[in-house]
Amino acid sequence: MARIVGGLTTSHIPSIGNAIPKEAQLREDPYWKPFFAAYPPARDWVQRMKPDVAIVIYNDHGLNFFLDKMPTFSIGAAPEYRNADEGWGIPTIPPFKGDPDFSWHLIESVVEDEFDVTSCQEMLVDHGFSVPMALFWPNYSYENVRTIPVCINTVQHPLPSPLRCYKFGQAIGRAIESYPKDINVVVLGTGGLSHQLDGERAGFINKKFDLLCMEKIVNEPETLARYSIPELVELSGAQGAEFILWLTMRGALGDKVKKVHSNYYVAISNTATAMMVLEKAA
Amino acid sequence: MTHATHPDVHIPGTYIFDGKAAMKGYALNKMCYSFNDKQNREEFLKDEDAYCAKYGLNDEQRAAIKARNVLGLIHAGGCIYYLAKFAGIFGLGVQDVGAQQTGMTVEEFKKKIRAQGD
Repeated sequence: MARIVGGLTTSHIPSIGNAIPKEAQLREDPYWKPFFAAYPPARDWVQRMKPDVAIVIYNDHGLNFFLDKMPTFSIGAAPEYRNADEGWGIPTIPPFKGDPDFSWHLIESVVEDEFDVTSCQEMLVDHGFSVPMALFWPNYSYENVRTIPVCINTVQHPLPSPLRCYKFGQAIGRAIESYPKDINVVVLGTGGLSHQLDGERAGFINKKFDLLCMEKIVNEPETLARYSIPELVELSGAQGAEFILWLTMRGALGDKVKKVHSNYYVAISNTATAMMVLEKAA
Repeated sequence: MTHATHPDVHIPGTYIFDGKAAMKGYALNKMCYSFNDKQNREEFLKDEDAYCAKYGLNDEQRAAIKARNVLGLIHAGGCIYYLAKFAGIFGLGVQDVGAQQTGMTVEEFKKKIRAQGD
């Protein structure tokens, strides 16, 4: 059976995508240093765990989906995923391998579990997917890991509630552990933490709430799943609601995890950046 | 300060992009979504009026596009994720957009963000 080795979370801010090709120089830059310094131990962990598959829970920001059709939950089932021009100049990076057999198992399993997802045999993945992959697999070294994009709507309200996302993650966890292949799986939850891009409240950051989220997500994720979306918007900023992607990841990991690494830094661009490595505990 | 339009949410300076906003802003957001393609960005720059007319923008949306006014675009139903693609045409990032909406210089806006990390 497939094994979940752990979970990774990271902010996916577009400017990180622009900075990654210059990481070696930027490691000494005062603005970037506190950000990039956190990743080498996380990358070592990824190398040690040797995941065969990465299931990436992210949100599309208007590359693959438009308002004409906006699925709440969608899962990629393609042999390959490409990123593309998003309109404001992030570099396009090499494509990501898919795992269609595993994708269909995942889709069949979560639908059986009452999560009626949209399946996508063609799917462009945007910075919400590509920046985390490029951060954890440096120099775009993800050619040996197969990926499955799981996209959750954060563009158009109503968004799925934190509790619904946590339960969706639990269904993903059950799907992974019922896949009859001897493979290692890592689950990524991307985005966050607090930030707001729009309105007079743009630039809002809530360090206290972010640190609470990073603490509770390890052993008490249910307490975070109780927030409503409006509460999350108020506490974390309009786009801080991306935290539902972290909760989905956490749901997939099961009851017991231990924190291996974490980092928090205010700020890159308009966003409080955060990264966590959670290992599944026995 | 204006308030979020969602019936249950009143967060000053925050706009919930719900179904009502998504209907109101459909043409505007569809045009901004088209800016994922370089060819469309170039076509817009070549003849802005014609491009806006092609997507059927209303007067409020057209005026806000003309004025490069982000809050105006949000009031006209714009969603920030699509509006970011419009701003990108002019090389403006989210910090420029944040500064404009809060009436600050970009430096002041950056300072405000950094201060929240203390």
